[in-house]
Amino acid sequence: MAQTNPKQADAAIGLEGGPAVAATRRAMLAEFWHYFRQNRGAVIGLFIFTTIVIIAILAPVLAPHSPSMQNRGALLVPPVWEAGGTWQYVLGTDAIGRDILSRLLYGARFSLFIGLVVVTLSVTVGVTIGVFAGYFRGVIDVAVMRLMDVILAFPSLLLALVLVAILGPGLMNAMIAIALVLQPHFVRLTRAAVMSEKGRDYVTAARVAGAGRFRLMFKTILPNCTAPLIVQATLSFSTAILDAAALGFLGMGAQPPTPEWGTMLAEAREFILRAWWVVTFPGLAILITVLAINLVGDGLRDALDPKLKRS
Amino acid sequence: MLRFLLFRLALLIPTFVGVSIVAFAFIRLLPGDPIMMLAGERGISAERYAELQAAYGFDRPIIVQYLDYLWGLLHGDLGTSVVTRRPVLDEFFTLFPATLELSLCAITLAVFLGVPLGVIAAVKRGSWVDQSIMGTALVGYSMPIFWWGLLLIILFSGILGWTPVSGRISLLYFFPPVTGFMLIDSLLSGQDGAFRSALSHLVLPSIVLATIPLAVIARQTRSAMLEVLGEDYVRTARSKGLPPARVIGLHALRNALIPVITTIGLQIGVLMAGAILTETIFSWPGIGKWMVDSVFKRDYAVVQGGLLLIAGIIMLVNLIVDVLYGLVNPRIRH
Amino acid sequence: MKMKLTFAAALMAATAMSSAAAAKTLVYCSEGSPEGFDPALYTAGTTFDASSKAVYNRLVQFEPGTTNTVPGLAESWEVSDDGLEITFHLREGVQFHSTNFFTPTREFNADDVLFSFNRQLQEDAPFHDYVSGASWEYFNAMSMPDLIESIEKVDDMTVKFTLTRPEAPFIANLAMDFASIMSKEYADQLAEAGNEGNLNQQPIGTGPFQFVAYQPDAVIRYQAHENYWNGRQPIDDLVFSITTEASVRQQKLLAGECHIMPYPNPADVESLEENSDITLMQQEGLNVGYLAYNTQQEPFDQKEVRKALNMAINKEAIIEAVFQGSGQIAKNPIPPTMWSYNDAVEDDPYDPDAAREMLEEAGVTDLSMRVWAMPVQRPYNPNARRMAELIQEDFSNVGVDVEIVSYEWGEYLERSKEEDRDGAVLLGWTGDNGDPDNFLAVLLGCDAVGGANRAQWCNEEFNDLVQEAKTLQSQEERAELYEQAQVIFKEEAPWATIAHSTVFMPMRNEVEGYKMDPLGGHAFEGVDLAE
Repeated sequence: MAQTNPKQADAAIGLEGGPAVAATRRAMLAEFWHYFRQNRGAVIGLFIFTTIVIIAILAPVLAPHSPSMQNRGALLVPPVWEAGGTWQYVLGTDAIGRDILSRLLYGARFSLFIGLVVVTLSVTVGVTIGVFAGYFRGVIDVAVMRLMDVILAFPSLLLALVLVAILGPGLMNAMIAIALVLQPHFVRLTRAAVMSEKGRDYVTAARVAGAGRFRLMFKTILPNCTAPLIVQATLSFSTAILDAAALGFLGMGAQPPTPEWGTMLAEAREFILRAWWVVTFPGLAILITVLAINLVGDGLRDALDPKLKRS
Repeated sequence: MLRFLLFRLALLIPTFVGVSIVAFAFIRLLPGDPIMMLAGERGISAERYAELQAAYGFDRPIIVQYLDYLWGLLHGDLGTSVVTRRPVLDEFFTLFPATLELSLCAITLAVFLGVPLGVIAAVKRGSWVDQSIMGTALVGYSMPIFWWGLLLIILFSGILGWTPVSGRISLLYFFPPVTGFMLIDSLLSGQDGAFRSALSHLVLPSIVLATIPLAVIARQTRSAMLEVLGEDYVRTARSKGLPPARVIGLHALRNALIPVITTIGLQIGVLMAGAILTETIFSWPGIGKWMVDSVFKRDYAVVQGGLLLIAGIIMLVNLIVDVLYGLVNPRIRH
Repeated sequence: MKMKLTFAAALMAATAMSSAAAAKTLVYCSEGSPEGFDPALYTAGTTFDASSKAVYNRLVQFEPGTTNTVPGLAESWEVSDDGLEITFHLREGVQFHSTNFFTPTREFNADDVLFSFNRQLQEDAPFHDYVSGASWEYFNAMSMPDLIESIEKVDDMTVKFTLTRPEAPFIANLAMDFASIMSKEYADQLAEAGNEGNLNQQPIGTGPFQFVAYQPDAVIRYQAHENYWNGRQPIDDLVFSITTEASVRQQKLLAGECHIMPYPNPADVESLEENSDITLMQQEGLNVGYLAYNTQQEPFDQKEVRKALNMAINKEAIIEAVFQGSGQIAKNPIPPTMWSYNDAVEDDPYDPDAAREMLEEAGVTDLSMRVWAMPVQRPYNPNARRMAELIQEDFSNVGVDVEIVSYEWGEYLERSKEEDRDGAVLLGWTGDNGDPDNFLAVLLGCDAVGGANRAQWCNEEFNDLVQEAKTLQSQEERAELYEQAQVIFKEEAPWATIAHSTVFMPMRNEVEGYKMDPLGGHAFEGVDLAE
């Protein structure tokens, strides 16, 4: 058999490289954007999400105070529109005189960071395992899928809680725990996609052209399974933020004085009767962020899912 | 059908063994020695420590401990709580009815509101009704429920004073538990106002726990309905001039509900996770709170037994859902 | 006919209910579920409140509101001259609870005393292992197995304890919760029915309240013991409404759903104080939070260095930031509510400049040290991390560099005991029996080096005083020795004494006669509700 460069092989069947392919990609992207744009909610979500990203990046510039600075002369100051509020602390202060607005702005960093790390971790691990399981099948597949069943048999938050208890409370450990409980979804999704794609003609063509196993798995097959993965990743992003906040709320996530929103809520709990603002704003921040991401997720799904596209 | 059922059951065995290993291994990995924790500042002598180690069986090889544990499991013995010295299974059964009652109320709420809302949204597709229902559903789906619970407490208990803050029933009422379900027990007790009291205690936690399943069910129902409404037979039925209500009710809904059943089944896991937060907020004496407390107290046996029981319940419910799905949808029956 | 009967039954139930509503019910919003109802098995205060305080009595008891011991089920006792034999004369006519699960046929006698202690002392005694992993924690922690040679029944109403060595605090130990007296008759009955475990689920005692029902994590119900030897209680029913969240407890208190609650959020104390419906009682806790230097480690083996560091700590700032006002500065190793507290001792002043000079004089420059911060919340230290950070800042002001370290709690307790430990440890202690020996000997005695003596400090003069005090019977003589010991302690400064917590107890105004327990328990004997 003649030695063919795998790259040429891919190019030959129109999968990679070549100006024609690039043009097709651009067209696909344009088509995607076309559909995405039609979903008003998704666009609003994207806008809010972008704003949150900007806030997170610019937090040190935007925040009127340091998130950890305590002002003993201004404990539990209400927001500016309430009697007793001042412009100095627009959203009021918490029990030890820290500016809530500044803490919320910095908190955006943590939430986005959590989402990013968790999704990266769970996607990398989950997709790799899923591709292997789906490609090789056999014993590996059975073992992996049973293991995933085991993980999925526990309520995710409970499993994460116990995991964090083992690893020790803290933001990093909370992220690892959440990534671990989220990755079975990626494994299942990838495995199913790989199994259905594996028998397609273009894969056979690439194999015949001499592409190696790893190349087949990750370069030939995987790119054709990305649509559902992207949607799942978006959902996981919001789940990660919610779960991390829940862990923080239970005292097992980020530890005080970190201005993580869930942790802020946990700290604020004792004031629910006296100072509604300490409780309300962090929760609202979580809700808005998660909502924005879910809106984008819905838009992505609609734009990427061909079945819904035609209706 | 029987073969299908047996096959599904057989499939559960390796998973359950896996679950037992995970639950067992987790607990051995938990840092912190429960004996030292219990001794606290007072400390404990080395001999006494060894004695307690032996009493709890912590001094034996890990494999022996596991086999012992498995053996006990087969006999319905999940060990004894290190903190209360009561059998884990006993504790579980005293607290489980509370969680079950709350979960059943929540899932009922979610189904009986979620399905109709989803149907309406699908039928009125694209209208403002659809948009507001779906918008609200997405907000519910994105809700940090621990915060949502706090807000409801502030509003309904704090400001309006309509509902009690926590617990299952007012302390004025006292009767021995018969079924463990406060709603039923309060009726059985025949005491005036007991049922009302139990109900008012149940309202807020149920709403909080139902929020996410409700949103998911509404969304799922809508998309299932949309799909079915586009099918040929529905179009045919329509074109035959059948009244729309009949088309939707008889033909479309019945078929759309099949995937919705799966969704409802999958919500059981969500409910269990939600119960952890909801019970913590409302001091609801159920297994969610029990698990959280035990994790913090490093109560080995309880965390281990609780993980296993909860996972077992979820697996069982999933099995039932699968079987139900097989029943209503003969196409997938093998 | 049958219909009518059920209706009549329902009607009766309703009447019973309405009469029950007229009964005086005191609702206590407790902070957690009891682990069980046999106090000897456990060490948590929450469990004692629900069991020993409500249901049981002891031979000797603490006078409500103090740490003084007074007669309980023993009317009197004598100690032999060598201090080795203690003879208790039991109270006549004491009735056990009569409930729907047990009806006593006899009054309290020596058999009950023997049963209650022997099950903890003797491995072959009945009920020694009646629940799996039964370990009699407090009995062992107070070294009872070493201390008690034998317990004899002299006659039906006389019991003699023989000790292996004279031990003055022994009487106070018998007032502790683990020494609660149970009914032997009830235990025998349970054993016969094979229901031993019920001893820990459905308690029978002689105490002011009798157990009615318990729903885990929700509610415990008691009713007044009609034949209580110390008089029937003014309230008819006592209810523990288990509410773990402090903010929820408070809301229930304000809404009138409960009458009294423990452990309010420090942040809410102020608003409770201002509330005209609420009476806020407060008292210093029977505890001390301290920073223990390792007195065997250089340069902390010099008392000047320790003294200088003590002067560098701004305790007022700690009280403010860590305790949020719910604490007070500690100058002695024992709390001010304890007898023999030496109020004449003067605390080291907060004076960073002098401290820096003293360090220089001692030839200590560029000192860097470790401060250990506990990973858990304790009454004597609600936030060790924050306390360590404040100390870090204080020490850096005098040129001492601090690294804060922490370990998981079990490990922390273990490692901090090691004699070659690097650094000073934040820790504390909550008193068990109100006896100064329980602080001074346990935490600072020479025997405890390498154990609970985290300062690894052995001062002969101090140790002799404390040991001698243990052998004396008169409280006055003992107090004198303890006062001297406190002076030496202050001079030698093995610890920086930091704080005693303040315990708050908010209650509705109609609650009458509640006395705060310096030992931290919550007892409702003698409490009434105003109409």
